[in-house]
Amino acid sequence: MKRFIAFVKKEVFHITRDFRTMLILFGMPVAQILLFGFAITNEIRDANIAILDHSKDHISEKLTNKFLSSGYFKLDSYLQSAEEIETEFKKGKIKLVIVFGKQFGENLNRFQSSELQIIADATDPNTANTLINYTQSIVRDFVASLNPGPPTGIMIIPEVRFRYNQNLKGVFLFVPGLITIILMLVTAMMTSISLTREKELGTMEVLLASPMKPIQIIVAKVIPYIFLAFFISIIVLLLGYFVFGVPIKGNLLLLLFELLLFVLTTLSLGILISTIAKTQLVALMISVMGLLLPTIILSGFIFPIENMPKILQWISNIIPAKWFIIIVKNIMLKGSGIDMVWKETLIILGFAMLFIMMSLKKFNIRIG
Amino acid sequence: MRPPIDIYGISKHYEDIIALKDISFQVNKAEIFGLIGPDGAGKTSMFRILTTLLLPDTGEAYVQGYHIVKDYKKIREIIGYMPGRFSLYQDLSVEENLSLFASIFGTTIEENYELVKEIYSQIEPFKDRRAGQLSGGMKQKLALSCALIHKPEVLFLDEPTTGVDPVSRTEFWGILKNLKAYGITILVSTPYMDEANMCDNIGLIQNGEILSIDTPGKMTQDFDRDIYAIKTKHKHKFLNTLKSYENTYSVFSFGDSIHYIDVRNNVKESELISTFSKMEFPEFNIEKIKPTVEDCFMDLMKQE
Repeated sequence: MKRFIAFVKKEVFHITRDFRTMLILFGMPVAQILLFGFAITNEIRDANIAILDHSKDHISEKLTNKFLSSGYFKLDSYLQSAEEIETEFKKGKIKLVIVFGKQFGENLNRFQSSELQIIADATDPNTANTLINYTQSIVRDFVASLNPGPPTGIMIIPEVRFRYNQNLKGVFLFVPGLITIILMLVTAMMTSISLTREKELGTMEVLLASPMKPIQIIVAKVIPYIFLAFFISIIVLLLGYFVFGVPIKGNLLLLLFELLLFVLTTLSLGILISTIAKTQLVALMISVMGLLLPTIILSGFIFPIENMPKILQWISNIIPAKWFIIIVKNIMLKGSGIDMVWKETLIILGFAMLFIMMSLKKFNIRIG
Repeated sequence: MRPPIDIYGISKHYEDIIALKDISFQVNKAEIFGLIGPDGAGKTSMFRILTTLLLPDTGEAYVQGYHIVKDYKKIREIIGYMPGRFSLYQDLSVEENLSLFASIFGTTIEENYELVKEIYSQIEPFKDRRAGQLSGGMKQKLALSCALIHKPEVLFLDEPTTGVDPVSRTEFWGILKNLKAYGITILVSTPYMDEANMCDNIGLIQNGEILSIDTPGKMTQDFDRDIYAIKTKHKHKFLNTLKSYENTYSVFSFGDSIHYIDVRNNVKESELISTFSKMEFPEFNIEKIKPTVEDCFMDLMKQE
């Protein structure tokens, strides 16, 4: 036991004495959450638009004001003719052009119908879509305000509510995703690098030629990283809660238990990588290319899995992070209990067992 | 009773390179056995096999009576191993390294301080310094301290003096000699032939084969040819000329002189002087010398 404690202590020294390690461990999570929370967001504010008004009556003016006061749009310029639309778009400043048809107000009064054209710059399809949705809902509101009293004819007005994230804040999605990514970095990447460092520097040779059992070497090595991973996840949760108001609706203990389970999975992945990699650089490459990249792309963190081709959807099933993100989202945002996430939990448990067994089996009691 | 190190017909190959060919030798208790040969001779492979880090292709070996494959756990408890390159934690201090290795072997610095005192006391003034910032000689002293701290029965030192200054090298060998008093058996390797005389027994190794095993004194005594050391200002030119000289048996550069052996036995020194003088080298000094281990090695390589 004394042997074990001495070894854990040594590992803590390795971590705390290396400035770069500390920077990666603590600087990166904080930087990432602030970046994702503030800068990278799919909400759009103050998009530049141009307006081409062929009628210039008081109704078109009223609708224009409604657009501009919504907060989503900012007027860049009034256009004089349809030819200008193309040249304005090409300048790249405006995202959207709203064209009022001739006699906009008059037609509306006389025929109950009028023409409004919305042209969006779809070089960024997501932005274009979002902007079109904004304009449509503004127009819908405007039409409703023109028809006071009971609606005439048959009409269905859907009333939309976004549950669990009313304001569609991106950061709600990013916090569970970020915890996942950071746990992978801290545990899988750092342990695989730190184990291969012992190989590269030759210290593993001395350790193996000692009474220290391989399992002791590994366990002592990963213990500090388990604590670190926990500590960092809590920092991210706190930042999410206090800076961005991301709630933790479910049971905190359950969440921490799931964290631990996921950390076990990624740690054993890290050990597995270290049994393959001979140098720290190779370990880093495998961690980033083989672990981090598929996780970011296929876990549903950034791209929705439902929209992927079938084959990628299948592949996403073998990414442990996918299941973990589902669990974290459910617990944090929906307040689900274990009864709602037991299936995903079992899957992660299965991954953990598999990887632990594989890495113990592959860990070499000799060198070469 | 088996000797502390007992090796029979060990062979090892890596893919298409043969590292060790049918090696057999024994090392007796409290003996310093030197495995001497150039880089790539197979010394490190031999050490790794004996320290249970590498499996041999064929052959058997025992350390303190334990089989290197079947009883590898036992062996790992009783040996001290110092690999060829510096293998301590560079970001830990001198004292932290030593106490870590003491704990790994389930002991403390205090318990076996007596054994490492002579070496460790020299680096103790720097005990708070990080191991990575030590000089070459001090690093090796620390590594030896770490390999000794658990009072091993057999000590394996793979090129402990490579990259160490001459003063520290002499000191290092002095320390090893003193360890014999504790009954520790030592297997040490070195590429420096001049260190052979510090060992009780030596094995010359080249291309994975043991060329000869004997005490250094006996090995040089048995050398039956006359060797002449030639000193000259034009060493390189002289060497080339001698290489094409008809009566040359062997000639090679040795430090600042040339070692020359004639094919004729009992050729007179005066005869050599007159022959060489005719070869346009007016200034040289020739002297018959006692053979060194390196001369034996060169001769054995020539016979191969």
